[in-house]
Amino acid sequence: MLDVKAGDEQSFELLLRKYRIPLVNFLYRMVHDTAVAEDLAQEVFLRVYRARKQYAPSAKFTTWMFRIATNLALNSLRDNRNRQMEISMDQAVDVGDDERPPMEVPDLAPTVEQYLLARSRSEMILQAIRALPEKQRAAVLLHKYQELDYDEIARILECSESALKSLLFRAYETLRTALLPLLNSEKVSSHTLRET
Amino acid sequence: MEDKLVEYLDGRAQPAERRLVEEHLAFCSGCRTRAEDFRALFGALDDLPMISPTPAFDALLRSRIGVEPVRGGFWGSLPSPRLTFAVTALVAMSVWMASMPRIVDDDTAMTRVSAEADFSMIRDLPVLENYDVISKFDALSELPAAREATAAGEVNNETSE
Repeated sequence: MLDVKAGDEQSFELLLRKYRIPLVNFLYRMVHDTAVAEDLAQEVFLRVYRARKQYAPSAKFTTWMFRIATNLALNSLRDNRNRQMEISMDQAVDVGDDERPPMEVPDLAPTVEQYLLARSRSEMILQAIRALPEKQRAAVLLHKYQELDYDEIARILECSESALKSLLFRAYETLRTALLPLLNSEKVSSHTLRET
Repeated sequence: MEDKLVEYLDGRAQPAERRLVEEHLAFCSGCRTRAEDFRALFGALDDLPMISPTPAFDALLRSRIGVEPVRGGFWGSLPSPRLTFAVTALVAMSVWMASMPRIVDDDTAMTRVSAEADFSMIRDLPVLENYDVISKFDALSELPAAREATAAGEVNNETSE
């Protein structure tokens, strides 16, 4: 980032290549919308580019970048929630038979079944993550997927390390409860595999 | 224990804390079950597929960066136009206000001069209240109070005579 600050455009390209996938995935798991996640990721990179001259290496670059990303994601979720409230107040939801989306009948071939199983498992995990309160969600994503240190995550979420640890515990406890059927089935299958 | 469990499971706990958690897990079946569930949960979360940005992502970002104003060299070291304008306006205003005549001070001086003039006029005012002039002033004798006083004076003079 210091090279980018010095005006090296190539270094910005390197930053872009290194962080675009983790950033897009973090934002996708935060907002659960691919297009919005990409828009927000673009905004994060633009802000990094604009602020490159003011960058002070007092904190890690990842801490700085994910702080921008987290704030943008939380703002987007809040804006979206407000918009949804406005829509629900303006329109009475009345979907007739003709307006329902066509029912998708899955092909029950074994490979497709496996694919669908894996997909529904992923979807179940994503839904459970999405159901977490926003701050807990951000904490889990930064801890589990970005593997940031506790002090970095605490700085991003503007809380103390001890508060973060208890936030993470509560988040994982909620996920454990939500995904217990999935976890139990995996435990059973792993026991069976060990016995055979 | 609750706050230490996640740190223990992700392998970031200090050796002393690790020992503490392990000792607790050895006799607490509830925390042991929870720890096993958390391990399974971490494994399940690891399996979540990653998505890739669309091919247009990089091109769009580069085009957006391309239209960003370039700040380089001497001009890049200058502050933003808004800040420059604000500072210039402030300096110009200060100079203009400093060059304006001091109206308030002049007013004070004039007030002081007129007060001094009033004082000297009062001090030099000639004494007009001459008793002889006033007592022989005919216009005053026309007043009813003066006539009564004159009559009373005449009566007194007669009685005294």
